[in-house]
Amino acid sequence: MTALRARAPHAGLALLIAVFAVFFVLPFAGLLERGIGGSGTWDAITSDTAIDALVLSLWTSAVALVIAVVAGTPVAYWLTHARFPGKGAVEALIDLPIVLPPTIAGVALLTAFGRKGLLGAPLDDWFGLTLGFSTAAVIMAQLFVGAPFYVRAARAGFGSVDAQYERVAHTLGASRLRAFARIVLPLSWPSLAAGAALCWARALGELGATLIFAGNLQGETQTMPLAILSAFERADGLTAAVALAILLLAVALVALAAFWLLSTRGRGTP
Amino acid sequence: MRLRGVAAGALTVAALGLGACGNGSEPSETITVFAAASLTEAFGELAEAFEAEHPGVTVRLSFAGSATLRTQVLEGAPADVFASASPAEVAALDGAGLVVEERALASNALIVVVAEDASARIGDFADLANPGLRLVLAAEDVPAGRYARESLALADADGAFGEGFAARVLANVRSNETNVRATLAKVELGEADAAIVYASDLRAANADIRAIAIPERFQVAAEYRIALLSESDGARAFVAFATSPAGTAMLARHGFGAVGATP
Repeated sequence: MTALRARAPHAGLALLIAVFAVFFVLPFAGLLERGIGGSGTWDAITSDTAIDALVLSLWTSAVALVIAVVAGTPVAYWLTHARFPGKGAVEALIDLPIVLPPTIAGVALLTAFGRKGLLGAPLDDWFGLTLGFSTAAVIMAQLFVGAPFYVRAARAGFGSVDAQYERVAHTLGASRLRAFARIVLPLSWPSLAAGAALCWARALGELGATLIFAGNLQGETQTMPLAILSAFERADGLTAAVALAILLLAVALVALAAFWLLSTRGRGTP
Repeated sequence: MRLRGVAAGALTVAALGLGACGNGSEPSETITVFAAASLTEAFGELAEAFEAEHPGVTVRLSFAGSATLRTQVLEGAPADVFASASPAEVAALDGAGLVVEERALASNALIVVVAEDASARIGDFADLANPGLRLVLAAEDVPAGRYARESLALADADGAFGEGFAARVLANVRSNETNVRATLAKVELGEADAAIVYASDLRAANADIRAIAIPERFQVAAEYRIALLSESDGARAFVAFATSPAGTAMLARHGFGAVGATP
């Protein structure tokens, strides 16, 4: 009796897990089935459009990640330790792009940096500098939606480091920077790597904000997600879109594996 | 309390639904209409008028670039009616055996729209080739983008605007948008200096933009077609309504031309 009772929820749970797993596996299976069986997949993957888009996606998302890490690390560290009124509001503001639909991010970026935007208008009037339709706009969109993931993870990482360690390092004569580099950084490394991976993945997948703020031009602003969306319009329908999706998926998998290795191997001890 | 309220609401809705079924005299039906982005306002009004005339039929509208809609239908999207800005997308569905019947819906002309700030620099169609201009077109695979490129090719072949006119204009293209309304929006926002869109899109434009006519001999008439994709009575009635004199008049109010009209 007890054995049966114990098993019953297990069967239900197993079914739930199976259905959940199928839900996530099936779309990838569908992509592969279409892509590998379909003729024209290879042509689509090796087309100029695909290569231009992949190269653009990789380097712009890498730049966005570097900016996020260089600027986000001090911000996260400062937010972990600083005490000031309105800190909650600052933290919420930094988290906001995480919950914002990317299309809103695109419109928001336009209102700030567009030709008629708060900063965009004076830039255009005084220096003739316009950001819209430029590769810089692509990186800005990626940074806007991706960086909050890094800052959030870095804050959690820094927060989990026992402040005692740093204090001890100080009393032993280590400078703040040295204590940070030798104690805090190694201890929070897994969080930082995970945050960086999320930031990069979000930047790589950015579509809505880029489409609105940066436009869609091969070689300049057409990243992989935009190329996939554009392929959807072509007469061969899904073939090219599926092929590009598989290509992006493969690249993303390799990169995420690299991040994972980095977070486990690079983990140091103080 | 809240849950109970929801449950009571659900029961009421269910009861109403049963009541409607029991009535039987008025069959209720929902039809899904996929329409080109340029038809957004016109088909919104058309659907309202149609619903008023056919109580019991509810029209669900989905707007996007014709090319995107075509791919969605080819992939099994449950559309009963497809209104396309060009015959090519309908032909693709026909080739897949998805079209019950189709007919001409309307025509449209092309027009150049210019942002307020750029109007000093762009006076006519030829100015689209001015170096440094920020031009936006619909993508080549979107009907509006295809027509625009056809128009540029006509001007190029004519030679009136000099050697390589089309290439010089296309060199100014800063973005290939996924539908004509997104193209228009870039000019409305002032991000782009100019774009080539449909004449009917001007009625939907809400910012201070200026329109420049395209010389008649370089005009390309956009040919809108409407296809019935299911055997549903409601869908058949909608296609008939859209192509009736009343439907045509409604489309004309939104800037569309008569079937077969040359702009």
